[in-house]
Amino acid sequence: MSTIPCRKAFTDTITELAKSDPSIMVVTSDARGSVTLTDYAAQHPDQFVEVGIAEQNEVGIAAGMATFGKRPFVCAPACFLSARSLEQVKIDVVYSHTNVKIIGISGGVSYGALGYSHQSLHDIAVTRTFPGMDVLIPSDRHQTVAITRWLAESENPAYVRMGRGSVKDVYADSDGSFTYGKANVLVEGDDVTIIAVGETVSKAVEAAALLKNDGVHARVLDMATIKPIDREEILKAAEQTRGIVSVEEHSIFGGLGSAIAEIVIQNNPVPMRIMGIPDEITVEGDSDEIFNYYGITAEGIREQALSIV
Amino acid sequence: MNLMKKAAEIRRDLLSLIYNSKTGHTGGSLSSADILTVLYYRILRVDPACPKDPLRDRFVLSKGHSVEGLYTILADKGFFPKEELKSFSTFKSRLIGHPSVKVPGVELNTGALGHGLSCSVGMALAAKKDGLNVSVYCLMGDGEQAEGSVWEAAMAGANFELDNLTAIIDRNHLQISGDTENVMRLGSLASKWEAFGWDVRSVDGHDINALIEVFESSRKKGIPMLVIAETTKGKGVSYMEDEAKWHHGVPTEQQYSQAVTEIDTFIKEMN
Ligand SMILES: [Mg+2]
Repeated sequence: MSTIPCRKAFTDTITELAKSDPSIMVVTSDARGSVTLTDYAAQHPDQFVEVGIAEQNEVGIAAGMATFGKRPFVCAPACFLSARSLEQVKIDVVYSHTNVKIIGISGGVSYGALGYSHQSLHDIAVTRTFPGMDVLIPSDRHQTVAITRWLAESENPAYVRMGRGSVKDVYADSDGSFTYGKANVLVEGDDVTIIAVGETVSKAVEAAALLKNDGVHARVLDMATIKPIDREEILKAAEQTRGIVSVEEHSIFGGLGSAIAEIVIQNNPVPMRIMGIPDEITVEGDSDEIFNYYGITAEGIREQALSIV
Repeated sequence: MNLMKKAAEIRRDLLSLIYNSKTGHTGGSLSSADILTVLYYRILRVDPACPKDPLRDRFVLSKGHSVEGLYTILADKGFFPKEELKSFSTFKSRLIGHPSVKVPGVELNTGALGHGLSCSVGMALAAKKDGLNVSVYCLMGDGEQAEGSVWEAAMAGANFELDNLTAIIDRNHLQISGDTENVMRLGSLASKWEAFGWDVRSVDGHDINALIEVFESSRKKGIPMLVIAETTKGKGVSYMEDEAKWHHGVPTEQQYSQAVTEIDTFIKEMN
């Protein structure tokens, strides 16, 4: 398994991009360690803004800088940016349409054992209701590189969540790993479709391999852009396969599964299974233990897929 | 230009805006009218012909509910046609009840309190980083001082040594529920802001010359300025002054006509 977490792939890429783009600003709230920004801060002191532990101020400052043509990347734990700073994201970024990228690191249950305070299982549900805000979650380090490059060119507000630990590679390299608004078809199949995002994508690919032994040909989609979501690919899955299993590191309410269901139910209702964290305060444990407990594993995905075919 | 007269005219026009649309934040618009007049007709380098000039000064109305005064001034200065003021708060009008960037001359959408100063810090910081000779002004309410984010921004303004940033508090001593000291005691705002590292000036917020003097006074290097403008909520209309109920009260026909008479008399006596 790669030893480079997505957040490190992000900071390596932004450190490189900042060399040729002086408008890039990284804004953080005493999180340079957790985001892995030490190198960036050393190399680009003039493009680095430390605001202290003040996540509301952090987003407001970034929005103000954006009105001067800066491209601020606000980097801090997803749990804080998607909750404490939410009003600043809503008003100073989305409503005022400032070009601010909200980079939530160690999202989902990455900080598992630190407790529910440090988890962000609501962030997709909230951010995808913000008009004009892009919502993205990379599935591995290579895709993170591609997404970061894309973000540096985009003029849109965006919320991007990435995990804390290293994850298995889904892609061989960054080329072709990301197209804005398009799902990647990782495994072809016509029996059932598994749509996953972020760290659960590699589990979905493993599940497809298990299902092959069951004689079931599962299609696997990586829905890295949760908003604007790839309607076309979802409807194709509804049309061509018997049903859809969605998998995400998020509450079962309001996330990827809901986004898919909204499209399927209004156009071509097919059986769905929505996999994620149930409506309870998350069980205590590290992220793998939490995934295992809730069945967000290759085996768990296989079972849900079999219940459809 | 006689700014005292101009401020009185702005008061009269913003009241007509509120009276005609039957909505608005009356008390705070009246208390901040002199501050806005001094800023827009004397201090700010802004050009209605070029509202997006990168070198313009920036004004952020953090107490966004006092928007009637701002719109009245922007129209008077020619940022948009005065005629459009009639559409205030009507269906599909860009002149909504809080500042909107759809309106030329408005820098940011505000409305939720405690946001403006953080954004202003970001603006002043960006201007410094780019070596631009741009000044940033942010008007807050006194009730707004209870928002924690104000103090995050206060800390940052001093930390980043933003001597191109001026924050102003419209200290009218009232908020929607009553006296600020009864709702949530503010105590000495001057000592609080001084402790946060700001150059604090107190001024009569209805004294045009005193306001000009403070805004034009020389800046302490590396220190942001905080102006506590002592004001009267509802200023200029006798029955509205110091009355919390006029926070967003709309005058009746008779009240409106009395208000206009009072302001017109004030202008006449000035002449
Ligand atoms: Mg007040």
